[in-house]
Amino acid sequence: MLQFLARRLILLLPVMIGILLVTFLIVRLIPGDPCKAMLGERATQAKCEAFKERYGLNDNVAVQFVRYIANMATGDFGTSIRFTRPVVDIVAERLPMTIELTIGAMIFSTIVGILLGLLSALKRNSIVDTATMILANMGISMPVFWLGLMLAYVFALLLKDTPFTLPPSARFTAGIGLESLIKFWNLKDVTGVKKFLIDFLSNLALTNALITGNWKAYWDGVKHLILPSLAVGTIPMAVIARMTRSSLLEVLGLDYVRTARAKGLVERLVISRHAMRNAMIPIVTIIGIETGSLLSGAVLTETVFSLPGVGTMLVQSILARDYPVVQGFTLVIAIIFVVVNLVVDLSYAYLDPRIRLE
Amino acid sequence: MAQTGVISQKAEAIYERQSPAREALRRLLRHRSAQVGMALLGLLIFVAIFAEQISPYDPTKIIKESKRRTPPCIHLLGCPKDQPQHIFGLDSNTRDLFSRVVFGSRLSLQVGIASIGFAILVGGVIGAVSGYVGGWTDNIIMRIMDVLMAFPSMLLAIAIVTVLGTGLINALLAIGIVSIPRYARLIRATILSVKEMEFVQASRALGASPLRLLVVRILPNAFTPLIVQGTLGIATAIIDAAALSFLGLGAEPPRPEWGLMMGEEKNSVFNAPHLLIFPGLAITMTVLSFNLLGDGLRDALDPRLRGGSAS
Repeated sequence: MLQFLARRLILLLPVMIGILLVTFLIVRLIPGDPCKAMLGERATQAKCEAFKERYGLNDNVAVQFVRYIANMATGDFGTSIRFTRPVVDIVAERLPMTIELTIGAMIFSTIVGILLGLLSALKRNSIVDTATMILANMGISMPVFWLGLMLAYVFALLLKDTPFTLPPSARFTAGIGLESLIKFWNLKDVTGVKKFLIDFLSNLALTNALITGNWKAYWDGVKHLILPSLAVGTIPMAVIARMTRSSLLEVLGLDYVRTARAKGLVERLVISRHAMRNAMIPIVTIIGIETGSLLSGAVLTETVFSLPGVGTMLVQSILARDYPVVQGFTLVIAIIFVVVNLVVDLSYAYLDPRIRLE
Repeated sequence: MAQTGVISQKAEAIYERQSPAREALRRLLRHRSAQVGMALLGLLIFVAIFAEQISPYDPTKIIKESKRRTPPCIHLLGCPKDQPQHIFGLDSNTRDLFSRVVFGSRLSLQVGIASIGFAILVGGVIGAVSGYVGGWTDNIIMRIMDVLMAFPSMLLAIAIVTVLGTGLINALLAIGIVSIPRYARLIRATILSVKEMEFVQASRALGASPLRLLVVRILPNAFTPLIVQGTLGIATAIIDAAALSFLGLGAEPPRPEWGLMMGEEKNSVFNAPHLLIFPGLAITMTVLSFNLLGDGLRDALDPRLRGGSAS
C-alpha cells in the first residue's frame, strides 16, 4: 500500500507543475499590458513601471514562473487588487463556505444515490426502478443553478407557513452571527499558517458553532445549507444512483452471489456482505469523479443562494479584473480536486487488492 | 430456377440480418430512451429552424405600454381576449418570453454542436498524432491532457474565459478547449488498439502511406465511440455554456440565450417565477434529448458496452 501511495505521489508531480503553469499563464496570457489590465486603463507610465518592478514583470518568464512556484509553496498567493489584502486571507474567508456546501451535497448525493440505486436494482423493472431511472435522467439533464432557483421557489414561497419552509438565501438569518475563534480562544499575535488555519476553522460556520457551543447559529446554519446542498447534490445523486444500480445488477448475476444464496444466507447479508462490497468499487470511483461536478456546482449555486463562497468571489473578481484572486482560487480548487482524486485512488486500491498489486 | 430464387432470398435475409449498420439502426429505433430523445430533438430542431415563423414577436424587441414581468396570458386557458396573448408572459424588459425561448433553441444547438465539433477536431488531431507517433511526443501530449483533466471542467472554462474575455464565442471556445482531452484520449486509445492489427499491417505491407493508413484504416474504428461521446458531450456543453452565461461570463444581453435569461431574472424568482421556469425547462429538455439519444446510441452501436449501462 505504501509503495502504491509513493508511486501515485510521484505521478502527481508533473500534474501539479502543470496546474501551476496553467494558473501562472492565466495572468500572463491576458491580452495587452498586464499593468493596464490590472491597474486600469488610466494607469500612468510611472505607476506602471513601479508595478512591473514590484511584481517582477520585467524579468525572464522562466524566472517569473520559478518565483511564482516558490511564492505559492510558501503560501504567498499575492495581493488582491480590489481589496488590497492578501489573497490567502480571502481564501480563508471564502473557501470554508464552498467546502461546507460541497460536503453537504456529497452526503446527500451519496446516501440518497446509493439507496435509490440499491432499491431499483433489487426491485428491477418495478415502478420504483422506472421512476428512479426517469428521475436520474432528469437529474443529469438539469442545470444546477436552475434547480437551485426552483427549490428556492418551492421551499421558500410555495411551502411558506408549513413546517417544510426553508430559507432561500444567505448563510445565516440576519442577526445571527459567529465570533471569530481567535477572539473566542483569546489568542494574540497569531500569524502565518496558524492564523490561516484558525481563520479557516472560524469560517467553517458549522464547526465554529459547535466549538463555541452556539446552538442557535448551528441550527440556523444547517437550515440555510439544506436547499443549496440539495441543488448541488442532485446531479451527482442521479449519477451515483445509476452507477449503483448497474454495478449491483452486474454483481448479483455472478456465481459467488449464487453460492452465498445457496448456502442459505439471508438476502440482507448476501447484499450487504457479499454483493455490495464488490459493487462499491465503481461506485467509489464515480463519487470521486463527481467531486469535480460538486465543486463546480457549488461555485454556480452560491450565486443563486447568495452564499459568501468561492464562486461568488470568483465571478466578481473576473468581472472586476482582480486577477490575483482568480489565480489563487483556481489554484486552490485544482489542488483540492487533485487531492480528492488521490484519496479516491487510494480507497480504490483499498477496496480492490488487485490494483495494489498490479 | 425457383429454387435458386429461394436460396438467394434466404441469403439476402441472412445478409440483411448481418449488416452491422442496419442492425444498429434497428436497435436504435427500438430503444425506448433513444425514441424519446430523437422525438425531443426533432421537435427542438424544428423549432430552431422555424423560429421566425413560430415566435409571435421579435425576441429582442421591447413591447411598449406593457407591464413588466406580466405572467403568462393564454387565450385558450381563459385569459381575457382583449389582452395581448403572451404564452410565457413578459420579462423584466417587457419582451415576449415565448419568442425568446424559441430563439434560444438556435443558440443552444449551435453552441453545443460548435464547441463539441471544435473539441473533436482538435482533440482528434492531437490524439491521432499522439497515438500514431508514440514515444516522447505521446508522453508529453498525454501529460498535458492530464493537466487539463486535473481541473474541474467548469472551473477551467471560467479560467479560460478570464483570459479570453467574456462573450458567447469565448465561452464556446472555453468549453471546446475543456472538452479536448476526452476526445484526444479516445482517438489515441483507438489507434493504439488497432495500430498493430493484421488488417492495418496488411495495408501497410501493400504500400499504403501513413496518412492513408490513419484515415482509411484506423480512424473509422473510432467512429462509434466518437458518436456516442460526442452526443453526450453536446449535452454537457449546452449546460456549461448556459452556466457561463448565467454567471454573466458568456452571452451578452439582449441575446436570447437561456442561461443569460435566467441570470438576468434570478432575482425575480419569487415575484415572477415564470421567467425562470420556462428557460430552465427548455434547457433541461434539450440536454435530456441529447443524453437519451447518447444512451441509445451507445446501446445500439456498441453492444459490448451494454453490460456497463444496464438500463
